[in-house]
Amino acid sequence: MSAPVITAGFADPVIAAQAHFHALMDALARPGSIHDFPAALDAPAPLTPELAATALTLVDHEVTLWLDAPLAASKAVVDYLRFHTGARIVADPAEAAFALVSDVAAMPALAEFGQGSDEYPDRSTTIVVAVEALAADGSLQLAGPGIRDRARIGIASWPAGLTAEIAANGAQFPRGVDLVFTASGQVAALPRTTRVSEV
Amino acid sequence: MSAVAAPQASGYNFAYLDEQTKRMIRRAILKGIAIPGYQVPFASREMPMPYGWGTGGVQVTAAIIGPDDVLKVIDQGSDDTTNAVSIRKFFAKTAGVATTTETKAATIIQTRHRIPERTLTEKQTIVYQVPIPEPLRFLEPRETETRKLHALADYGLMHVKLYEDIARHGHIATTYDYPVEVADRYVMNPSPTPKFDNPKMHMSEALQLFGAGREKRIYAVPPFTKVRSLDFEDHPFEVQKFDKPCALCAATNVYLDEVVLDDRGGRMFVCSDSDHCEERRAEGHRGELSGEAA
Repeated sequence: MSAPVITAGFADPVIAAQAHFHALMDALARPGSIHDFPAALDAPAPLTPELAATALTLVDHEVTLWLDAPLAASKAVVDYLRFHTGARIVADPAEAAFALVSDVAAMPALAEFGQGSDEYPDRSTTIVVAVEALAADGSLQLAGPGIRDRARIGIASWPAGLTAEIAANGAQFPRGVDLVFTASGQVAALPRTTRVSEV
Repeated sequence: MSAVAAPQASGYNFAYLDEQTKRMIRRAILKGIAIPGYQVPFASREMPMPYGWGTGGVQVTAAIIGPDDVLKVIDQGSDDTTNAVSIRKFFAKTAGVATTTETKAATIIQTRHRIPERTLTEKQTIVYQVPIPEPLRFLEPRETETRKLHALADYGLMHVKLYEDIARHGHIATTYDYPVEVADRYVMNPSPTPKFDNPKMHMSEALQLFGAGREKRIYAVPPFTKVRSLDFEDHPFEVQKFDKPCALCAATNVYLDEVVLDDRGGRMFVCSDSDHCEERRAEGHRGELSGEAA
């Protein structure tokens, strides 16, 4: 009988968690800006190293975690996240503090995730999405807190209808979800305050 | 565990707090940034200093600081007071980070009740120590009710308070911890900074984080965010004005502290921001009490 092999977490958990957190903090504070996200992790596919690094940086036994279908279907991914974070993995996205999305095309509607309440808008889901590529100066125009006038970002691939969903998400401020996008070695974010238009 | 940037004090994790605590604080910071001005509850820990000495700010700083950061700590504008010196030493000891008194050299500035005179940049984060984060607390003591008022964006009470100032004193008499509206939504306490500093918060390039240890709240103002001091059309917001320039560096348009010189009514007004004053004197500016160039 062979024990399942779980690959290692960060080589230096303290310093790596700080570095990745700092990138996430900058990304959320300055929506649309793209930050280095080294994510030197050997995570089991389809969990990307960047999704794994975000989970290892922010998720622990105090929070709930939702996984999209491809991630939830992989025992290796579930074992890896259970072992490294201790988080309770939930089936209902509305209950999740964090959601990991490996397949952005099949992501549930933003409204299906936890929206927080008017009294506690912080109790909403932070959705972490793996995408193919992030590019400065892309086709999305951004405005809102954290942005001087206007900012641009390109996110590939951008699902049809997500722009409208983000507008609906922002309209219920202060309730709403926050979106973190990761690509190979990079991270960017669109918090609920950011207004997005396609140009 | 592998080497952690060689903290100078052994037996502690990097920057004192354990990793689980840091994750909890980091999650609160990220939600705070996503909801500008909203007070995120967090599980404030006991720190090796009493409440009221900046435990909230210290926890926020400990959660964000990395080995490459350069930390500056000010207390009422000064780098040299007990609180500032102690906190600076605390992080030098537990995180092994570089510390500075120069505003322009710092990446993280933890502050008790001032914003530096020098304009902060995109590379900097300012961490405020907050005693009472709830702007409505002295008007409505019940947390359940203030939470509801924030949920409904019902800030009439605060306007009544400012109006009563005008009715009694002829002008808005609130001079510090002057309430602000952040990004057109939440009313927030800027911590007991003089209202002189409020305009610096508006569209600041630096990320602003607020930590209240005893009250267990973290909140944030992202860079380039509207911060409006509450006022009335016929009583617009005004900052303090000073009759004289700084007695040491002759600076105008800065916030001055009054220093009593003797028991016969002698007094001087000097920059509250000690780094700003030293920098100006080094540049050759001389005030009326600074004597000749050294």
